[in-house]
Amino acid sequence: MSETHSHDDDWPYPHPQQPDIEDGPLTDLMIMTDAVAELLIDKEVFSADDMRRTLEAIDSKSPAEGARMVAHAWLDPDFKARMLEDVNAAAEEMSIDAGTIPILAVENTKDIHNVIVCTLCSCYPKYLLGLPPDWYKSRAYRSRLVREPRAVLKEFGTEIPDDVEVRVHDSTAELRYMILPMRPKGTEDMDEEALAGLVTRDCMIGVTVIDRD
Amino acid sequence: MSARFIVGDRVRVRQAYPPGHVRTPYYVRGKEGVVSRMIAEHPNPEERAYGRDGLPPVPVYRVLFRQNDLWQDYQGPEGDTTELDIQEHWLGPLEEDGE
Repeated sequence: MSETHSHDDDWPYPHPQQPDIEDGPLTDLMIMTDAVAELLIDKEVFSADDMRRTLEAIDSKSPAEGARMVAHAWLDPDFKARMLEDVNAAAEEMSIDAGTIPILAVENTKDIHNVIVCTLCSCYPKYLLGLPPDWYKSRAYRSRLVREPRAVLKEFGTEIPDDVEVRVHDSTAELRYMILPMRPKGTEDMDEEALAGLVTRDCMIGVTVIDRD
Repeated sequence: MSARFIVGDRVRVRQAYPPGHVRTPYYVRGKEGVVSRMIAEHPNPEERAYGRDGLPPVPVYRVLFRQNDLWQDYQGPEGDTTELDIQEHWLGPLEEDGE
């Protein structure tokens, strides 16, 4: 990776060349994934286009879906109750596809701040939040969040008062989790779309709270 | 299959270290907690990981642990907790256990 180049005369200073994807090590699991995918396609279990379409659909998911649900729950207490009971069914009411893995919404209150992690791997509610950020999959986040949650939250700029319980949800088994954040003060006049605009990925993971100045 | 525990039961996680695809993290093994919610029965992933059907399905519970019970030197306030999903065969009643 020591090779350098410069673009043109306007900018004579060379910079290191960015490595290509193939420059990283090819692991056994990567080889196996490719081999299994090729086999499934060869045996016509699904087509290459099916696989591409599925990957494209997964990549197109974003936190906007979860944010819409949160805003709707803030405005409609009955919907909120149904969402806390069964997120997947509540999503369907809003024509949002939450996937087949059951998702549990946990509600932040003035007494409890919730935050999610998957210590074993990287389980994440992809259908409602999109693909997880890289830090969510890092060993540091996964091991430290259960061990010293308040220190980790502080690194995200989030300080939770000592009289508020910090509750870590470790996605170890059959459920995925999302946080239902508290509706910030001063938003009484906002409509659902504007409220949804306040709801970020990180506050649905629980590493931050919605703060309005 | 009927569930062995109900919400509010105090339980202890088995302190066992079997090989294979186990979804009970090390840090809760041998620790005590409280059943906080019932989750539907699910085929056992410890079996499914090896191509078997994982049947009959196993009840899964959400169990709430005090951070102070998980980590001897936990630095945060007394009230902090961790909650996770545990399969029934990893749980025993608190009094059964002499550890």
